[in-house]
Amino acid sequence: MRQKAVKTIIILTCVLFVAIMLIMPLFTVITYAFRQGFKVFFSAIADEYAVKALKLTLLTTVFTVTVNTVFGLFASWSVTKFQFRGKRILTTLIDIPFAISPVIAGLIFILVFGRIGWAYPLLKAYDVRIVFAAPGIILASIFVTLPFVSRELTTLMQSQGSDEEEAAALFGAKGLTIFRKVTLPHIKWGLLYGVILCSARALGEFGAVSVVSGHLRGKTNTLPLHVEILFNEFHLTAAFAVSSTLVAIALVILVLRNLAEYRLKKEENADVR
Amino acid sequence: MTKYIKNNERKWDVSAMIRLKKRSRGVIPGFRLSMGVTITMLSLIALIPLLSVLLNLSGVTPGEFWRIVTDRQLVASYKVSLSCALIASTANFLFGVPLAWTLTRYRFPFRRALDGLIELPFALPTAVAGISLTTLYADTGLIGGLFNKIDVKISYTTIGITIAMTFIGIPFVVRSIQPVLEKLDVRCEEAAVTLGASGSRIFFKVIFPEIFPAAIAGFGLAFARCLGEYGSVVFIAGNIPYKTQITPLLIVSKLEQFNYAAATSIALVMIIFSFIILFAINALQSKIDAMARG
Repeated sequence: MRQKAVKTIIILTCVLFVAIMLIMPLFTVITYAFRQGFKVFFSAIADEYAVKALKLTLLTTVFTVTVNTVFGLFASWSVTKFQFRGKRILTTLIDIPFAISPVIAGLIFILVFGRIGWAYPLLKAYDVRIVFAAPGIILASIFVTLPFVSRELTTLMQSQGSDEEEAAALFGAKGLTIFRKVTLPHIKWGLLYGVILCSARALGEFGAVSVVSGHLRGKTNTLPLHVEILFNEFHLTAAFAVSSTLVAIALVILVLRNLAEYRLKKEENADVR
Repeated sequence: MTKYIKNNERKWDVSAMIRLKKRSRGVIPGFRLSMGVTITMLSLIALIPLLSVLLNLSGVTPGEFWRIVTDRQLVASYKVSLSCALIASTANFLFGVPLAWTLTRYRFPFRRALDGLIELPFALPTAVAGISLTTLYADTGLIGGLFNKIDVKISYTTIGITIAMTFIGIPFVVRSIQPVLEKLDVRCEEAAVTLGASGSRIFFKVIFPEIFPAAIAGFGLAFARCLGEYGSVVFIAGNIPYKTQITPLLIVSKLEQFNYAAATSIALVMIIFSFIILFAINALQSKIDAMARG
C-alpha cells in the first residue's frame, strides 16, 4: 500500500516537472503563433525573408550532416577497431565541441577567416567570403555538431566488439567490403540516430551562427536568427509563427529519434541472444 | 558472412595473417586511411581554428590579459554564469534521478511519450526555447503572471536565467543514468527485499551508489552546457550589466565593438574552464566503464 503511494507520488512529480518545464513552453509557442488567426500565421511563414532563411537553414543542415556523417564513420572506425597510443586523447579532442560555448565556436572562425584572421589575405586574394556569408555559417554548424555521429557510433561499435570484422579480414575481405557487409548492418540504426540528432542541432544552432552570420536579412539569416530579429522588433506573433514551424520539425525529429532508438534497442537485444 | 565465404575460393588471406603476426594493430584494414581522414578533418574543423585563439592572443601582454579578464563587469558575469549554472544543474540532478527511475522502472500511460519528450531541449532550436520561456515567465505570461501577483519577477532576472539553463540541462542527467538503471541487476534489490530492507533504504544503499557516478557525469555535462549556453538564455536574461549578463554574452558584445583582444581573452578563460570539466568527466567516465566491466 505504502509502496504504491510512493510510486504514485514519484510519477506525479515527474509528470508535473515535465509538464511545466517542457510542455508549457511548447504550448506557449503554439498559442502565440495562432493568437491573431491563421491569416497572420500564414503571412508570417510565407514572408519572403522567412522563406529565404528556411532555404539557408536547410542548405546548412544538409552540408553539416553530410560532413559529420563522413567524419563520424571514419572516427568511430579508427577509435574502435584499432589499438594505438593516444586514443584517449583523440576521443577527448573529438568531444571538445560538446564542452565549448557555441559563441566561442563562432568566434574562432572569425579569428581565422575574419578581417583580423590569419587566412584573410588569402581569402581576399581569391575573393572568397567565409565570415558573414553562408560558408561561415556552415563551418560553425559543422564545428558545433562534430561529435554527434561519431560519439553515437563509437559507443555502439565498442559494445559490439570487432570479432566479426577480424574474421572477415582473415577470410580476405577488403576494408570496404567488411564495412558494407559486416559493420554497416549492425550500426545502421545507430547511424540514423546520430544523423537525426546532428540534423536537429544543425537546424536550430543559434549562438555560433549568430556570431558568424552578420545578420544580413535575406542573405545570411537562418531561421533561428530570423526568429530572433522578429522577437526583438516586437513582432511577437510572427516570431512565434516561424518558431512553430521549427517546433513542428523538432517534434518530427523526436518521433524519428524514438523510432531509431527503438529499433536500435531491439537489435541490441537480438544480438545478446 | 557465410555468403562471403562461399564466394571466396581461397579461404584464408595469407597477407592478412602476416599482418596479424607482424603488428599488434590487428587484421582489420584501413587504419591509415581512417586515422588520416579523422585527424585531418578534426584538425581543419576544430583544432586549427581553436589554436587561432592562442595565435590571436600572442599580441596581448599577460598584464593586459589579466586586466581584461578581471574587469568588474566580467567578474560579475562569471558570478551570474557560475551560480545559475550550478543551481540549474543541481536541479537537473535532483529531478533527473527520479525521472530516469520512473521512465525505466514504472509502467504507466504515456510513458513512451514522456520518455521521448525528455530530449526536447536537444531537438528544439535554442532561440525558440528562449523566446518561449521569456514570454511564458514574463509578467504578462502564463506562469510569470502568477508569480507577479506575489511580487516575484522571473523573466529578466537571475531566476529566469536559471530556469532557461534548467530547461537546457534536463536530458543530460536522465540520459546518463537510464542505461545504468536498465543494466542494474534486479537480484541485488530482491536480495535486499528478502533481507527486509525498506524501500528507501534499498534505494539509498543499493541503487543510488550504482547510479551515482553516471549521475555526476550527467551533472558535469549539464553544467558545462549551461555555462556555455547562449540562445535560450539571452532572451530571458534581459542582459542588465552587473546583474543579468552571462559570460558568453560579453564575448558577443566585445565582438560587436570589434574589441577582438577582449573577446578572445574571455574566450580563453571559458575554454580553459570547459577543458577542466571535460577532462574530469572523461576520467569519471572511464571509471564508470571499469565499474560496468568489473
